[in-house]
Order: sequence, then structure tokens, then C-alpha cells
Amino acid sequence: MGELVLFYVLGGLGVIASALVIGQRNPMYSVLLIIVTFAALAGLYIQLDAPFVAVVQIIIYAGAIMVLFLFVVMLLNAPSETGSQGDLLHHPTRQPAITRIGGALAALLVIQLAWAVVRARELAVPVGVGSDGETLADVRTLGRVLFTDYMFAFEATSILILVAMLGAVVLAQRKGEGE
Amino acid sequence: MIDLRLLVQLGIIGLTFFMLINASALLVLAERKFMGFIQQRHGPYLVGPHGVLQPLADILKLLMKEELRPRGADRILFTLAPILSVTAAFAAFATVPWGATTTLFGLLDEPATLGVADVNVGLLVIFAITSMGVYGIVLAGWASNSKYSLFGGLRASAQMISYELAYATSLAAVILLAGSMSVREMVDSQAGTWFGFIPQWYVFLQPIGFIIYGVAGVAETNRAPFDFPEAEQELVAGYNTEYSSVRFALFPQAEYINMVTMSAVAVDLYLGGWHGVPFLTEHGLGWLVFLGKVGALLFVYIWMRWTVPRYRYDQLMKFGWKWLFPASVLNLIATAALVLYFNG
Repeated sequence: MGELVLFYVLGGLGVIASALVIGQRNPMYSVLLIIVTFAALAGLYIQLDAPFVAVVQIIIYAGAIMVLFLFVVMLLNAPSETGSQGDLLHHPTRQPAITRIGGALAALLVIQLAWAVVRARELAVPVGVGSDGETLADVRTLGRVLFTDYMFAFEATSILILVAMLGAVVLAQRKGEGE
Repeated sequence: MIDLRLLVQLGIIGLTFFMLINASALLVLAERKFMGFIQQRHGPYLVGPHGVLQPLADILKLLMKEELRPRGADRILFTLAPILSVTAAFAAFATVPWGATTTLFGLLDEPATLGVADVNVGLLVIFAITSMGVYGIVLAGWASNSKYSLFGGLRASAQMISYELAYATSLAAVILLAGSMSVREMVDSQAGTWFGFIPQWYVFLQPIGFIIYGVAGVAETNRAPFDFPEAEQELVAGYNTEYSSVRFALFPQAEYINMVTMSAVAVDLYLGGWHGVPFLTEHGLGWLVFLGKVGALLFVYIWMRWTVPRYRYDQLMKFGWKWLFPASVLNLIATAALVLYFNG
């Protein structure tokens, strides 16, 4: 019972905070609300008996990536969006092509969600159980699974990140040479 | 029937909180006294015998002051920032154990643990919450709507991102040695001695890691010689320039508690925690050993502040990225190789 209440509190917090993220005129508040969303998600992970994932979620997303976001927002000193009517009508996201693609994507998402909710019971596989039946709550098991069963995905991700990093360095350098 | 063990555990949590609050007051006094000693003067001397009640006077003064908020400041975030700072500082101590289990001299059937909570990823929890502490400083800098504050906040975020990497990597090497992420298990794996007289502390296996942890820890807590977010000569007072009264008081409070947490983690991971004095540990007084070690590290913190001049900001960034981080990665790889060689 208590667990269910906690789930609804955390889930509700996550949904409300992430809805408020796009409702803010001040980018600073948006960044902070994303952090709240991440914290709520971390709470849900703890409820799923995955404390390691929860803590890593906080360290990486809330603690490192969002600090960078905040840093950028502060450096740009982005002003709050003004709410005047003319501005909104000529906003780049109001072009018909973009609106249509966005609408199609949103529809797809809703369909997927509906499908997942309807078939939730059939799709449910025991989460958090390793190849030899141990729970994933243990960091040791998590590491073993990551380096055996999911080796390919793990290495592919790390290569992707490396490429992104190199790309950032190259782009930054090219700009510096032009000056 | 009241659950006695639960009651004792709650008492221990309350005691931890009480000690942390008072640690900051004691540290203010210790800092001013040592500063006086190093600068060849008495330091605070008038309130109470030898000035020992000075923190009380300081706190009263801060409480009585008028709370000011600049007109251009962000209403919500200006108030939220100091609260976030101090909350993160207190919460980070939650998984730091400060003593072995105790039965209160035979009063309890099952031993109670000295410390708030013990989770199997305890070390990462400390790290996660410490990394949230930067938001208090950054938001204070931004919400004040003042250029000095903004620069203080920017410096804080850049500094903490840079040094968190080296800090976490040096901790990872200790995790490899201990084979666990529970801080309590890590402490207990340091019991005993080599050759009968060298205590089995990880500082002897990880001398480089300990130095990296110490340097990065000082930078993470924004203390001199790395106190750039509040460098007086350049930024007036940095991120807390516009703060006054209680809101201001919470920032140094958070800083001192962070110092305590940083020292306590260093003692738990590198200096054997409550082990080291067999006589005291056997009689359930290991926490005295722990407090002594933490006190010694805190003294080094204060000593450093009043003897080492502040670096230049670009030197700080260069040092963090070009020396400290590569050194910590090499340390981690070497440790992993040695652990594999001896245990695998």
C-alpha cells in the first residue's frame, strides 16, 4: 500500500515536472524542473529495486549533464520568452511542415503508448534478473551482465560517445582557426 | 511495547544531525583561533573564557540582521538556493558511517549501527548528493542578478565539473580494492595490520589516490587555495555577495558540513575509519578514533587555508584537467591491474 502511494507520488511528480518544463518562459526554471523529473525517476528506480541505476541517474544526469546545461543557459543569459502574439505566430516551430511532422510523431507516440498499456500483461518479463537468476540490484551482477550478455550494445554506445566527443573537438577547433 | 532498537537508531540519527550542526559552529571557532595563531594574534577572545562562546555571538548577530533581497533578484530561486545548499550538505552525510556497531554496553540484544543508513551503494549515494550541492551555489549566483555573484556561480559550476571526475576516479580505485560499495564494508576491510605494526589502511595502498582525493576534495568544497567562487579580491564575496542574515549564514554552514563529510569519507575510505587503536575499538569506543581522525583532517583543511595562497583560475582548470584527472585514471588502471594480478 505504502509502495503504491509512493509510486503515484513519484510518478505524478515526474509527469507534472516534465509537463512544466515546456511551460516555462524562463529557461532557468526549465532546467531546474528537468532535474526534478530526474530525481523523481531515480525514486522510481529505487522502488524497482535498482538502487545502482537510481544513483547513477542522479550522478550523471542531475549532477553532471544538467550542471552543464545550467552553465550554458547562464553564459548565454537567455532572456525569458516574451508572450506577445506576433512573436508566437512567427516562431520557427509554427511553420506548417514542422507542425505536421510534430503532429505525426505525437500520434505515433500515443499509439505506441496505448499498445504498450493494452498489452502490458503479456509483455511483462521479470525485470532485474540476470542470466543465472540473480537480481540486478547487485552491482557485481550488473557489471557481469553488461560485459557478457550486453557486450555489443555496451561497446557500441561507448564508440558513439567517443565519436560525438571527437566531433565536438573538431567543430570547436575549426571555428577557432577561422578567426 | 516500544521497539527499543528503532528508538536507539532514531537517537543515533538525531545525534548525527546534532553533531553536524555543531561541527560547523566549532569549526568557525577553530578556524578563527588557528587563523589568529598563524597570524600571531589571539583571535576571538572576548565572548566567554578565551572566546570559546564566539560562535554563539556570531549566530545571534546573523539572526538579528535584516534580510535583504535585491530588487532584480529572482524571488523563488534566491530563497531556494541557500536551502538547497544546506539540505544537500546534510543529506550527503546520510550514508557515512562514523562508528562500528554498538549494543550500548549490553543494553540491546541486536547491535545498532553508528551512522544514519547503510546501503549497498552507499559511496555512490554520498557522491550523488555531493554533486547536487553545486546547484545551491550556482543558483545563488544566478538568482542574485549581480555580476559578481554570477561569476562566482559560473566558477563554482566549472570547478566542480572539472574536479568531480578526478574525485570519482580516485574513489573507484578504492572500490576495486575493497570489492564493495558499502562504506561500512569498506571500512571493515581495513581492520588488522601488516607485519604486526602497519595498519591495513588503504592510504598505504593508494597513496596517489589519497592525494588526488584530498586535492579534488578541497576544490569540491570550494576551500582555499581553491576558493574561486568567493575569491574576495576579485569578486567581492562571489556567489553570496547579495545575501544577508540567515540566508547568508546557510552558505558557510553548508561549506563547513561539506568539509566534515569530505574528511569523514577520507577517514572511512583511506584511513581505516574507526580501526587503528585496538584497545578503543575492542571496547566499543571506535567512534572516538574516528572523530580524532576527522578532527586531524579538518585541522589540515584550516591550516591550508591560512598558509597557502590562492591559485589563479586558469591554473586551477589546467591543473584539474591536465594533471589531476590523467593521474587518477592511471592510478585506477594500475590498481585494477594489480588487483587482478594478486586476487584473480
